[in-house]
Amino acid sequence: MRLLDAIRLAFQTLRVQKLKSFFTLAGVTIGVMFLIAVVSIVEGMGSYMENDFVAKLIGTNTFQLRRFPSISDASESEWREWMRRPRITFDDAKEVAAALPPAALWSVESSDNIAIESRYARPRELEASAVDGDYFRIRNMEVAQGRLISPQELALGSRVVVIGQEIATRFFPRLNPIGRTLKVGGTGYEVIGVAAKQGSIFGISLDRFVIASANSPLQRLVNPHGLIDGMKVKLPTTEAMFDARETVRQVMRTRHRLRASQPDNFVMETSESALEFWKKIEGNLVIAGVILPAIALIVGALVIMNIMLVAVSERTREIGIRKAIGAKYRDILAQFLVEATTLSIIGAAIGVALGIILSQTIAALSPLPASVAPWSIVTGILVGAGVGVVAGVYPASRAARLDPIVALRAE
Amino acid sequence: MPGITDVPAAGEPGLSTTAERKIVTATKGEAPGKDWVIVARGLTREYDMGGEIVRALRGVDIAIRRNEYVAIMGPSGSGKSTLMNLIGCLDTPTAGEYWLNGMLVSDMNDDELARIRNREIGFVFQTFNLLPRASALHNVELPLVYGGVPAAERRKRAEEALASVGLSDRKLHRPNELSGGQRQRVAIARALVNRPSILLADEPTGNLDSTTSAEIMNVFEQLAESGQTVIMVTHEADIAAHAKRVVVLRDGMVESDDRREKFAARTGV
Ligand SMILES: Nc1ncnc2c1ncn2[C@@H]1O[C@H](COP(=O)(O)OP(=O)(O)OP(=O)(O)O)[C@@H](O)[C@H]1O
Ligand SMILES: [Mg+2]
Repeated sequence: MRLLDAIRLAFQTLRVQKLKSFFTLAGVTIGVMFLIAVVSIVEGMGSYMENDFVAKLIGTNTFQLRRFPSISDASESEWREWMRRPRITFDDAKEVAAALPPAALWSVESSDNIAIESRYARPRELEASAVDGDYFRIRNMEVAQGRLISPQELALGSRVVVIGQEIATRFFPRLNPIGRTLKVGGTGYEVIGVAAKQGSIFGISLDRFVIASANSPLQRLVNPHGLIDGMKVKLPTTEAMFDARETVRQVMRTRHRLRASQPDNFVMETSESALEFWKKIEGNLVIAGVILPAIALIVGALVIMNIMLVAVSERTREIGIRKAIGAKYRDILAQFLVEATTLSIIGAAIGVALGIILSQTIAALSPLPASVAPWSIVTGILVGAGVGVVAGVYPASRAARLDPIVALRAE
Repeated sequence: MPGITDVPAAGEPGLSTTAERKIVTATKGEAPGKDWVIVARGLTREYDMGGEIVRALRGVDIAIRRNEYVAIMGPSGSGKSTLMNLIGCLDTPTAGEYWLNGMLVSDMNDDELARIRNREIGFVFQTFNLLPRASALHNVELPLVYGGVPAAERRKRAEEALASVGLSDRKLHRPNELSGGQRQRVAIARALVNRPSILLADEPTGNLDSTTSAEIMNVFEQLAESGQTVIMVTHEADIAAHAKRVVVLRDGMVESDDRREKFAARTGV
């Protein structure tokens, strides 16, 4: 008997036993659905992390000098070690900047939540940053209105701010904010620019910021005297960036008086090194995302096996008839195997469809991004087929081994 | 002068002609000639019922030529069905040898038996044994499916077989949409579709009323006349009377094996 005949036969049986087939499918469908959904969401978060999150946070060909990593899942002891590290200072930044090649851009930055208010809205604690150097060029920031803070204003510590879109609408509703006063930590600043819309990551708005000069009074509010959160350095090429990173490492090691045997007590993160943290989490998520559906699939396999055993005993006479007119062991084996496999592939296909719908729904209703990976669809279908074969083997071989005379006598 | 095969074995119970006696008593393992569809020598079938041995067949000798129409009779439990199962290659004997078309079936494994059933045997059962969820046409096609016949040819041959039993207008009906007689005709069409060398029927009219039985017996008669070898189990003498030869079993052995005329004369049917 040919495969096509076996598949046709399987569909015929499924058509006749719709309700039973539906329940048979459920386990596999649910398993594959969650497999697809979880993998899609993890994949979506991954590509998001790589393309948006870290790029927005750090930028290409850029590294950031900090006391400790900006994102991590540090252990208690690591954390304690980090807290003992010396902080980065303006003096560090000055020396680092002097050591950099002329093509390099650099900035210093310190941020904290500061009370912000205007005449038009109640005060609120929001993130304010005190910056210097090539901050706006490194961030590629452009204005929607007004202008950026000039190098002179940065150097002089002029009381001017560039604000994000959300700050503009919150504190200057239906008003043109340019030229108006925004109070940051009690000090009045003139709004000279509103930045172009930055969007959001994981549902967190990136348009909620206030930027002033590191030489302005804001600096004293975000960090103790002489200290900064970190420094960013951007170069035209990746190679130049890694070279510069080595230069900066030596400058900092000397300034921190580290002996050759001592490890660095600061970090210089690139977007790749920040992603290592994500890679670790992603691995764990994928494992969890595979184990849970696997349980559903095992249940699905047991259900299919059980249904097929029932089918074999219900159809004993049919098997007897088929054997009497010439079905061989492998014909009957193939019939039930193909039936089980067809069932579970249909279940898997429905699961793929539902999984895609589920992940798109999650993506639409929550900040979690989802992107359906083609490999997960293929895997879902193959897993479905595998479950069918595994679940079908035992019932099918029982059917195929039946003695035709005994089978013909069955009711 | 008639041929030697036509000389009756006068007065002997068992085999109906000397030729048949010769062929079954020939040296064990000796392949019979081409004329012989079935040759069974000392066919024995025992069932082990947990220590107790049930002897369903106790050394049956039988030889059947191509184109014969044979009825097998006997009281209940005499071993008719057991013999049919052996002849139909559904079962293998505990002892003795069975030749079908010059092939030694008694030594074959399950897959070889399945192949023989597919190619050489057409079964007609008392309970029809059609697949309930399949159309008449699909039921008739089934032996061709297992014979590896391509779909188009399969359909053509199945339609021809259904036409030959007068059911062309019922080919898409399911068994439960057909009368008993029609079901049995579908079963006959299925049995014939692979052009088997023997048509085996176990109580083919057992579930039918007398009018329908007569119809079905007519079909058998025509088939036999057209040269189909037919072997039929029945316990009704008037049904057996349609056959050209009647074999009577008792207690797992051949009690008598006669031409129909002689059987009729002896039993008064
Ligand atoms: N599978 C089996 N296991 C044990 N004994 C069996 C089996 N099949 C048949 N027998 C026994 O073998 C003997 C012959 O049985 P068989 O079915 O061949 O009789 P039969 O002539 O067809 O009878 P009936 O006219 O009632 O159908 C009986 O005694 C029966 O009990
Ligand atoms: Mg019987």
